[in-house]
Amino acid sequence: MPPSRRRRWLTLLPLVLAGCGGPFPQSALHPESDYARALDGLFRGIFWWAVLVFVVVESLLLFILLRYRQRAGAATPKPTHGHTVLEIAWTIAPALILVFIAVPTMRTIFTTQAPPAPNALRIAVIGHQWWWEYRYPDLGIVTANELHVPVGRPVVLEITTADVIHSFWAPALGGKRDLIPGHVNRITFTAESIGTISGQCAEFCGASHANMRLRVMVDADSTFRAWVAAQQAPARAVARGSPAQAGQDALRRYGCIACHAITGVSAGVIGPNLTHVGSRTTIAAGVLPNTDVDLARWITDPPGVKPGAKMPKLPVQPQDLTAIVAYLRSLK
Amino acid sequence: MSAAKAVSTWKSWLTTTDHKRIGLLYFWTAFAFFLIGGLEALLIRAQLARPGNTVVSAETFNQLFTMHGTTMVFLALMPLSAAFFNYIVPLQIGARDVAFPRLNAFSYWVFLLGGLFLNASWLLPNHPAPDAGWFGYANLTSREFSPGPNIDFWLLGLQILGVASLAAGFNFIVTILNLRAPGMKMMRLPVFSWMTLVTSFLIITAFPVITVALVLLMFDRFFGTHFYLPSAGGDPVLWQHLFWIFGHPEVYILILPAMGIISEVLPTFARKPLFGYTVVVYSGVLIGFMGWGVWSHHMFSVGLGPIADSVFSATTMLIAVPTGVKIFNWLATLWGGQIRATSALHFAVGFIALFTIGGLSGVMHASPPADLQQTDTYFVVAHIHYVLFGGTVFGLFAGMYYWWPKMTGRLLGEALGKLHFWLMFVGMNLAFFPMHFIGLLGMPRRIYTYGPELGVAKLNLVSTVGAFLIAVSILVFLVNLWRTRTRGKVAGNDPWGGATLEWTIPSPPPPHNFDVIPTVASRLPRWSMTQLKAIPEDAELEKPHAPVGSWWPLVAALGLPVLALAPLTHTLWVAFLGAAILITGIYRWAFEPFEV
Repeated sequence: MPPSRRRRWLTLLPLVLAGCGGPFPQSALHPESDYARALDGLFRGIFWWAVLVFVVVESLLLFILLRYRQRAGAATPKPTHGHTVLEIAWTIAPALILVFIAVPTMRTIFTTQAPPAPNALRIAVIGHQWWWEYRYPDLGIVTANELHVPVGRPVVLEITTADVIHSFWAPALGGKRDLIPGHVNRITFTAESIGTISGQCAEFCGASHANMRLRVMVDADSTFRAWVAAQQAPARAVARGSPAQAGQDALRRYGCIACHAITGVSAGVIGPNLTHVGSRTTIAAGVLPNTDVDLARWITDPPGVKPGAKMPKLPVQPQDLTAIVAYLRSLK
Repeated sequence: MSAAKAVSTWKSWLTTTDHKRIGLLYFWTAFAFFLIGGLEALLIRAQLARPGNTVVSAETFNQLFTMHGTTMVFLALMPLSAAFFNYIVPLQIGARDVAFPRLNAFSYWVFLLGGLFLNASWLLPNHPAPDAGWFGYANLTSREFSPGPNIDFWLLGLQILGVASLAAGFNFIVTILNLRAPGMKMMRLPVFSWMTLVTSFLIITAFPVITVALVLLMFDRFFGTHFYLPSAGGDPVLWQHLFWIFGHPEVYILILPAMGIISEVLPTFARKPLFGYTVVVYSGVLIGFMGWGVWSHHMFSVGLGPIADSVFSATTMLIAVPTGVKIFNWLATLWGGQIRATSALHFAVGFIALFTIGGLSGVMHASPPADLQQTDTYFVVAHIHYVLFGGTVFGLFAGMYYWWPKMTGRLLGEALGKLHFWLMFVGMNLAFFPMHFIGLLGMPRRIYTYGPELGVAKLNLVSTVGAFLIAVSILVFLVNLWRTRTRGKVAGNDPWGGATLEWTIPSPPPPHNFDVIPTVASRLPRWSMTQLKAIPEDAELEKPHAPVGSWWPLVAALGLPVLALAPLTHTLWVAFLGAAILITGIYRWAFEPFEV
């Protein structure tokens, strides 16, 4: 089979099983970067070797079971104790197959862990229970949960954590890598097509491990530049007496700003930076869409949405809630 | 000589030092824990049956998968193997008991109490059961991120269980090396006993590693040290190394006994000796050794660098070779045989079919770049269940159908046995095969909920249906056990035409096993009967040892959970009490007359 057809066939397998056509936004079988493609190609090679061995062993087993079933009146079988040539043969055969797996494996290990290109965009990824902090040190941007990268340009994620071990995994962009306290790990990739890629934390990290999701927006160059410019801008100013102004005041009164940074308003570092929170498509680490209703729900009862959430449940008055939501949504 | 029937009273079971009774105690206790672990699995599957389900809370879910793993590994599969070590190995090697019968009783009681200690956490207010995974990665297990007693239950419980495993490991090594019947050279040892020996060596070398790892964790949690805490220069990766240096040999501790079992079952029901006995034994030994050099393949996502990744990838791939060799030798054993399709054979063949799949996905993980898309996803959950359920559990059930007549005197029903097999075989594949796809489609493991947008809802539902089908198959097995008590066919000495020594004596065997210790002249003594000398009618039989009961192993064992209560309750006098019980038990045991 030509590689393209084999590839389609492998992709079809789960679809047939699921009885539906996807889409599978978090599939590891749909690579969208050079890094993910390298892993995917390697996996497909190993997969076909595994299929070969599977078919040989299982059909041999079936054949033996059917052929050598006990028959009435049959004599006691000849006691064979072993066969040296056979033993050598079935030691060497798997070893040979493993060589065919090992060589591309070693090659891929070294190519995918090569030092990043000098022009690579550096992004620091910092894990928190249970959200992602992203810092673009060369661009002066701090954001959360939704990562923006330009298409076609090498990116290097320098990953670590503020608390426990997490693991950054956006399957379409490549393999996962752990965020370990006291260590800085790297993921290097070049995204190959524009779109939104979903991912989530892959190392168990406590109560809301399931709710530590992420998105990567792969942007066209111009879109990315526009996004950078918007993120570099200070937080939108509020008009005196506007609902947004009331919201900002409420954030101060309820103490939200002790944890959350909004450029020009506060400098908290415990929770996600909210300077441009209105520009994100989701909130609470990808658990809820960023709408008025969901934002209000989140603020009203964070641990109810996300078990164990560090953001406390505060007795927020209805009018304050409306004002806070209006303000945060205005922070585009 | 007639088989003296052992008196069965409560006291006789509490004080027993008879390896057969201890084997039965291990069996029933481990099977009870197997059911508990299974119920935990059903709750997990119920929660994941559809996206956004609310059968259990996030916190409870995390406890369920932690306790499911911990229970199945330490309280179900290992002790189910130990049940067969206890019951069968002395019979196979022609011994009257294990080398240290009272130590054997001590192992059992420590295991039971350790298991109860761990599970007691479910019963306290707010059920503070362990909740950081069976692998308990630092620094999530630190006091800062896990302030409750959950992790304390886990680490103290595992420490108690480690004592039981170590004592049993030493006991079986000495038993197999020293108590073999005359003429039973090492290369005449039945493969199950061989695998018990290899497993025991793995236990005595691997458990000290987890013990050290847990002691360091205990110091971090109770005395403010920083072995795993980066805030003062410690490193959480140290835990991962220590845990997997133990954890990978542990996988072989779980699978080698099952490999030993099917190496007994296949020859019996193919009516052919095991093909390539020497190769099977040596590859088992080799797997035991090589199992020490592969631990970092559990850590490819840690970022150990390309050199370490390559080395551990190569060693992991190498270990597939002796494993493959075993599979081919089992196939060759069946080849040309007269295969009797008993329930035991069904499960043994099921082992080969399913373990092969687990082995192949294992080779996929052995490639670090491929593994980076698979590790910590449901793909790995599929893999471990093909190895530990398709492999170990099917192997253990093969052993149950095979040796149940020896242990109880009655055969398990064959019709129910086959129904059990097919339900379990279909259920297992429905439950675990879709997990390969669930993982590749992006679902991480250990998440209590997932969104519908992942597109894995139907696959998860299929998996849940499979899990409940497995539960039905277990019910069939329980019905079979119950019916067999009174209605099972009487076994006689040898219902199968087995080749090894356990089939030369009555079922169940008398307390002293052998009236006369046999002299062994071949690898398959019962298939070359001329070599087993008949006892002359007027022979002067040596008086077999009457097994002596003792309370002291139980008393000494009781000291350990009491000691563990001390840090849990922060009470010093409890520590002194526990130590006093332990020391008294051991002291009285040491000075107890060995024979009445």
